[in-house]
Amino acid sequence: MNKSDTIFAIKDIHVEVEGKEVVKGVSLDIKRGEKHAIMGPNGSGKSSLANALAGHPSYSITSGEAYIDGKNLLEMNATGRALAGLFLGFQYPLAIPGVTVANFLRSAVKARNGGGEKVLKTFRKDLMDKFKLLEVDKSFATRYVNDGFSGGEKKRLEILQMSVLKPIMAILDETDSGLDIDALKIVSRGINDSARADGGVLLITHYQRLLNYVKPDRVHVMMNGRIVNSGGPELALKLEDRGYDWLNANAA
Amino acid sequence: MSETLFKNNGVTDIGDNYAEKYGFHDPEEYFHKGAKGLNHEVVEMISRMKKEPDWMRDFRHKALEIFLAKPMPRWGNTEILNSIDFDNIYYYIKPIEVQGQTWDDVPEYIKNTFDRLGIPEAEKKFLAGVSAQYESEVVYHSFQEDLKKQGVIFLDMDSGLREHPEIVKKYFASIIPANDNKFAALNSAVWSGGSFIYVPPGIDVKIPLQAYFRINAENMGQFERTLIIADKGSRIHYIEGCTAPTYSTDSLHSAVVELIALEGSYIRYTTIQNWSHNILNLVTKRSVAHKNATVEWVDGNIGSRLTMKYPCIYLVGEGAKGEILSIAFAGKEQHQDAGAKVIHAAPNTSSRITSKSISKGGGRASYRGLVKVYPKAENSKVSVECDALLIDDTSRSDTYPTMEIDAEDVRIEHEARVSKVAEEQLFYLTSRGLSEDEARLLIINGFIEPFTKELPMEYAVELNRLIELEMEGSVG
Repeated sequence: MNKSDTIFAIKDIHVEVEGKEVVKGVSLDIKRGEKHAIMGPNGSGKSSLANALAGHPSYSITSGEAYIDGKNLLEMNATGRALAGLFLGFQYPLAIPGVTVANFLRSAVKARNGGGEKVLKTFRKDLMDKFKLLEVDKSFATRYVNDGFSGGEKKRLEILQMSVLKPIMAILDETDSGLDIDALKIVSRGINDSARADGGVLLITHYQRLLNYVKPDRVHVMMNGRIVNSGGPELALKLEDRGYDWLNANAA
Repeated sequence: MSETLFKNNGVTDIGDNYAEKYGFHDPEEYFHKGAKGLNHEVVEMISRMKKEPDWMRDFRHKALEIFLAKPMPRWGNTEILNSIDFDNIYYYIKPIEVQGQTWDDVPEYIKNTFDRLGIPEAEKKFLAGVSAQYESEVVYHSFQEDLKKQGVIFLDMDSGLREHPEIVKKYFASIIPANDNKFAALNSAVWSGGSFIYVPPGIDVKIPLQAYFRINAENMGQFERTLIIADKGSRIHYIEGCTAPTYSTDSLHSAVVELIALEGSYIRYTTIQNWSHNILNLVTKRSVAHKNATVEWVDGNIGSRLTMKYPCIYLVGEGAKGEILSIAFAGKEQHQDAGAKVIHAAPNTSSRITSKSISKGGGRASYRGLVKVYPKAENSKVSVECDALLIDDTSRSDTYPTMEIDAEDVRIEHEARVSKVAEEQLFYLTSRGLSEDEARLLIINGFIEPFTKELPMEYAVELNRLIELEMEGSVG
């Protein structure tokens, strides 16, 4: 396979938070059209990896390399990474009081497209289509971003953003947590619909159940800051069945 | 869903700077420009030029005595207050001899100024009447005929005194007497211009009236005087805006505004204060709300070097309501000492104060408030919310809230918060492709949204643009 088939590549990434190393050398190679999943117990460094890759100032990448569509991710700040096509679906999305969902999305779309008038013209219709897809009420547009949202509403808004911004590489950090089964199905539909054929998706999750609806091509298990096992979708089922302990024994 | 949702709210538009947009000045080709300084001769000259009745001339002279006798306030920003050189100020400048009824009547250079400020355009689009004051006098005035026919009076204050002396005499200085404070006394002595509005019983003035105040000369003192009377069951929304050129020396703006809301009436008074950073803005604003009347002050302070202003509502009739919604933006070398006062003097009255301030670049924003509930004002409701946002570590926010509750059964809510723009919020927004500046601006626009949503659309856009202007280059 030639190099341009890879949309997202990270090599031996190390991450520190407050001086403590939490990711200890992780490598991934995600091809165009692929969905990968990283599973692992709490505190294994999954979210730290996601935040560091998106450019969170509190998470410093101390060594390693990362490329999105061949561009060096680590030379860019959070804004630059987003503009290069990276998207992080937050585990705990932040409230922005006083800023409506519509205004927020519009600002983001405008930033992403350099304020192109054409995109903004179709924005409203696109947004309404996505509302339908994610089964959210029109009133969502006039509510303040994540302000007083339920857990499920927050996750829907994350996927709504993904679907509107159409990222080339989406990292979704525990998008399934806090969702009941109906909401999980709707959110999964949104992810499947928004995933680009020429892009990649990285799902970060504790549980296998999301992977019933969003089928991964590859599954990685992360423990203590390292990927300890990788395989096909069947690995997720095995984890569901047997937990993480057998890997723990392997890793030790 | 409304269309306006998707309109540009100015967040990512690039604004010009103050100097280009507002800070320019015209050459002075004035009909009358007196000498600097303040004394009885100046007061006499103003009153004579205006051909005022004796009672007003006497009122002015007495007010000057009070001004001279009263000490400077010992609170607020005493350093700046004590540095005011009252001998180095022009107290009365009459730019033209006759007020214009159409923009063509106004000298070209003044018309151009107001054009640049967008006043004639706003007038065409969404105002029922416009008053444009330049230095000490209203140089242009317009008012829709159908409102005139309904008996609504909208005049500059001087014309109001000439044409409706009986109403003016009854209400003028009735709630802000000359001895209220040093700057009210100063205004009372040398006042000129401002608006006089009377709305007859039951009349609903559905479209806002606007006054725009422009200072042009250096070392100018502008002392407009506004009196609004809403008779029983009437409604009115009045908007004022103001700007001035940027000079290296201070100018003084010291207005007095009195609102009288008679039984069952409604007055909203909206201010977008955008003075240049060399203006000292020391204003007294007070209102009375009679039985079941409502008064709302919507008060935005962006500009000036120092603002000391505390819009006040006396709830004197049963069931009266008052609301004061304010924002203050304190940038580099600015001090916004703003606040609110509500006096509950009748039963079943309710008030709400919402104050929001933003400080950056070493600026200082203070909230100074008083809520007083007299013993007979039982079953009243009071809500006070103060929210301060600090953009950096060098800026400052102070809150001086006072509550004196002497009645039974009063429901009180009070909240005060000081916050910073959170790093997590910034990361969330930048991870969506916004620059840090855009992200910060969006958070700030959200912070003041409870204020901007009360403004007519056009003003909300303008306000967001002004904030953006102030925020430009604030962080690297």
